[in-house]
Amino acid sequence: MSESLSQPASAAARSEVVNDFSITVGTINGTGSQTSNLTILRALFKMGIPVSGKNLFPSNIQGLPTWYTIRVSKEGFIARRDRHEIVVAMNPATIDDDLAMLMPGGAFFYADHLRPRQMRDDVVAYPMPARKLARESGAPPKLRDYVANMVYVGVLAHMLGIDLEAIHEALRYHFHGKASATDLNFKVVQMAAEWAAENLEKQDPFRVEPMEATRGLILEDGNEALALGALFGGLQFLAWYPITPASSVAETINQYIPKLRRDPVTKKHTVASIQAEDELAAINMAIGAGWAGLRAMTSTSGPGISLMAEAVGLAYYAEVPVVLVDVQRVGPSTGLPTRTQQGDITFTYFLSHGDTEHIMLFPANINEAFEYGWRALDIAERLQAPIFVLMDLDLGMNHWMGQPFEYPDQPMDRGKVLWEEDLKKWAEEGRRWCRYEDVDGDGVPYRTVMGNRYPGAAYFTRGTGHDECARYSEDPDVWVRINQRIKKKYHLGRKYLPKPVLDTMDDAQVGIIAYGSTDPAIVEARHILLHEHHLPTDYLRVRAVPFHDEVGDFIAAHEVVYVVEANRDGQMAQLLRMAYPELAGRIVSHSRSDGLPLTAEWVVSGIQK
Amino acid sequence: MAKTNAIGLTKADYKGAPSTLCQGCGHNSILSQIISALFEMNVVPEDVAKFSGIGCSSKAPTYMLSRSFGFNGLHGRMPPLATGALVADPTIKGIGMSGDGDTASIGMGHFKHIIRRNVPLVYIVANNGVYGLTKGQFSATADKGLRLKRQGENPYMPIDICMEALASNATFVARTFAGDPKQVKTLLKAAYHHKGLAVIDIISPCVTFNNQPESRYSYSWAKDHEAALHQIDFVPPREEIWLDKGMEPGEARTIRLHDGSAIVLKQVAADYDPTDRFGAIKAIEESYAQNVLLTGLLYIDPEAPNLYEILNLPDEPLNRLTPDRLRPTPEQLAEVNASLFGA
Repeated sequence: MSESLSQPASAAARSEVVNDFSITVGTINGTGSQTSNLTILRALFKMGIPVSGKNLFPSNIQGLPTWYTIRVSKEGFIARRDRHEIVVAMNPATIDDDLAMLMPGGAFFYADHLRPRQMRDDVVAYPMPARKLARESGAPPKLRDYVANMVYVGVLAHMLGIDLEAIHEALRYHFHGKASATDLNFKVVQMAAEWAAENLEKQDPFRVEPMEATRGLILEDGNEALALGALFGGLQFLAWYPITPASSVAETINQYIPKLRRDPVTKKHTVASIQAEDELAAINMAIGAGWAGLRAMTSTSGPGISLMAEAVGLAYYAEVPVVLVDVQRVGPSTGLPTRTQQGDITFTYFLSHGDTEHIMLFPANINEAFEYGWRALDIAERLQAPIFVLMDLDLGMNHWMGQPFEYPDQPMDRGKVLWEEDLKKWAEEGRRWCRYEDVDGDGVPYRTVMGNRYPGAAYFTRGTGHDECARYSEDPDVWVRINQRIKKKYHLGRKYLPKPVLDTMDDAQVGIIAYGSTDPAIVEARHILLHEHHLPTDYLRVRAVPFHDEVGDFIAAHEVVYVVEANRDGQMAQLLRMAYPELAGRIVSHSRSDGLPLTAEWVVSGIQK
Repeated sequence: MAKTNAIGLTKADYKGAPSTLCQGCGHNSILSQIISALFEMNVVPEDVAKFSGIGCSSKAPTYMLSRSFGFNGLHGRMPPLATGALVADPTIKGIGMSGDGDTASIGMGHFKHIIRRNVPLVYIVANNGVYGLTKGQFSATADKGLRLKRQGENPYMPIDICMEALASNATFVARTFAGDPKQVKTLLKAAYHHKGLAVIDIISPCVTFNNQPESRYSYSWAKDHEAALHQIDFVPPREEIWLDKGMEPGEARTIRLHDGSAIVLKQVAADYDPTDRFGAIKAIEESYAQNVLLTGLLYIDPEAPNLYEILNLPDEPLNRLTPDRLRPTPEQLAEVNASLFGA
């Protein structure tokens, strides 16, 4: 019953493509398509096949076009691709564009109440009776649009060979074991699969086969990973303001507080979570809490970071530990609120008026997101400074494969905090305590926190000029001394930051530096460069700013180093040229910002000779 | 020898650095009433934390309570700063020092929201209708028609701090005048014992920029036009309430606070019920029509849950919990991992 079959013979004759293609689904947002897409993603993952899913969604609640791309890769490449081997069209507004993006020889699944303006003759097309099956499923009328999206799950399951039991399991997980929702949706999937078996003739080469490549792994998004990490890091205070794509960091924390952070002694909560009135309040609350000795965090995105600039300067200069999670989206301005970018690098680095420079961490996968969730709290308290964890929408909101989360391998580091008994000891030893005195020569002074009743423990914290003993001062020498000491703290503090990750190839002359969520695209690009262009590369994945010495060594060891990133201006390249002016000539920026996760093909395009 | 209180401290133990505010500034008299109130209530200075934003008012915490922790933060951001800090230790009482610029302009949003959260903080607005530290611009509480040197005439209607507090369901709202030290001190004591957020709008004349007799924020106008709702006494916990000689119990209203202390209001004006929010709004509105400065305890709800109760926090200081009570166990992580979607 397939319609467009001008080249059936050639399609059938082509050799099979197993576990190596992309499926892109075009739907209308607010119709439950996310459930369908996640179900396919999870079922494939359950079958042991490496996958990734990218949600390309509009800034809208209901009614606008939205796409979801699933990458299926037996080789484990999980970056987004521009090639679409399989396209599912469920949205009348985009069906022509959806058809146009399909590669020649691809498979086109579409709801049969839609009509493309002109069907292509170089693809295989499969109409699906989505509405009819939704009606016949017995679903109440208000749920029909939702279950209609389950039709493509069932049709794809049959046509590609996705295990129905894996789909069933994915649905059970999605609906938290709720039988009625699981049953209704699975029934539609089964009906659609049966319909496909009876009515569609397989004419495309794509199918899946079970593998063993995902055993033991989990499928999670970065925001949840980071939230869990923070809870295992002893987070005590969270202040936040809703913003895409960061909200789910706080929402996950709130969801897990009763489960993970009910005090064994008092049964009360050991985390205070406050939804603030704006980002100004969120960061000021977090600073108040950090100052008072709580492990404090705020989570936001670029617009929130803009609002927090003044307060971050206060935390920097008053030396208050606080963690800021920035799940980056596309700026400037409101920009593309539901698309991804590594666009806040230089802004965050310099955030605030006056002389400031900030510590930034760049998780590249869900395991690092979890780890930096707890580690950032340690670093903030150790260095008494604002610490930025720079996520982005791609890592934060999309599902990534990863290892199960690992328990922190170090005890909590509360930094240099003096309580009553510490001050008593200092006094007995004849030592004098002053809040901003560099006692240990590492630039990090000792602090007391609110509630410490020891005589002399209290001090007055201010954003105005102050001397070593926290007294108000406008003395030029004092200003220079305190600020140079903070600079020293910043540079010596890099030893607490995650080191860059180096991956080399034999005879490589070319270096690549990247960071964060672009990692899968870089990994795949290097594979292509080696095998298709005979260009071996070395790859240094930066995980923190300020840079470790390894970064400079890496640049010095290569004739040319491409700094690959998802922003317009090559922001990390700018920081590198600034940090290593003598090596600036070797640094080539290869950057782009269109709101989408980078592809390996694009990475290759800027590096191949 | 200086007089000591019941815990053996002198007033000097409640003082701070010498004030650098103008001589005669209303804020100085507020400071001395805070010091007196805490001294008289035998408060341990280490049990207090002070917070402020930016402005003349916000400089004030430097000039009191040098034995207390303090944080002078950003302009308008005292409320969130204090909120975050106070979560750390419920045994600490906060005193927030703000001004009319800090509260009614740049920090208005935070003012409204700290009220919603009922943070255990004495929120003082030293209100003088003018920006002093930047040399005499109109503030949002300045009267319409006020003329100031270099600024001309103020064309805008003023914001009333107490009205804003009442509109946001504040649980303690008072207005007083720096030139009425006894009332200031008594209201401070009551506010200190209130379990949630206590807003005290204190008319505190700026002798340098806004003390001309026609200004509602001048000493002379406020003195001539003050209309106290009641005579107010504060009775500490465990002390007996006694009424003036010849006074009938019906002539006074006693409000019990959560810790057993009490506020005794002796009616001097018409019968006024400080638990009637709408009545409070009406009284303020009428005071403008009558061209008087209405002072006293405008409204109180002594029972509303405060932030600690809302957040379900432990009674002991959160900032003293040891790591074993903050980091969940490896078994809990294993449970989390098992609950995630795995292959």
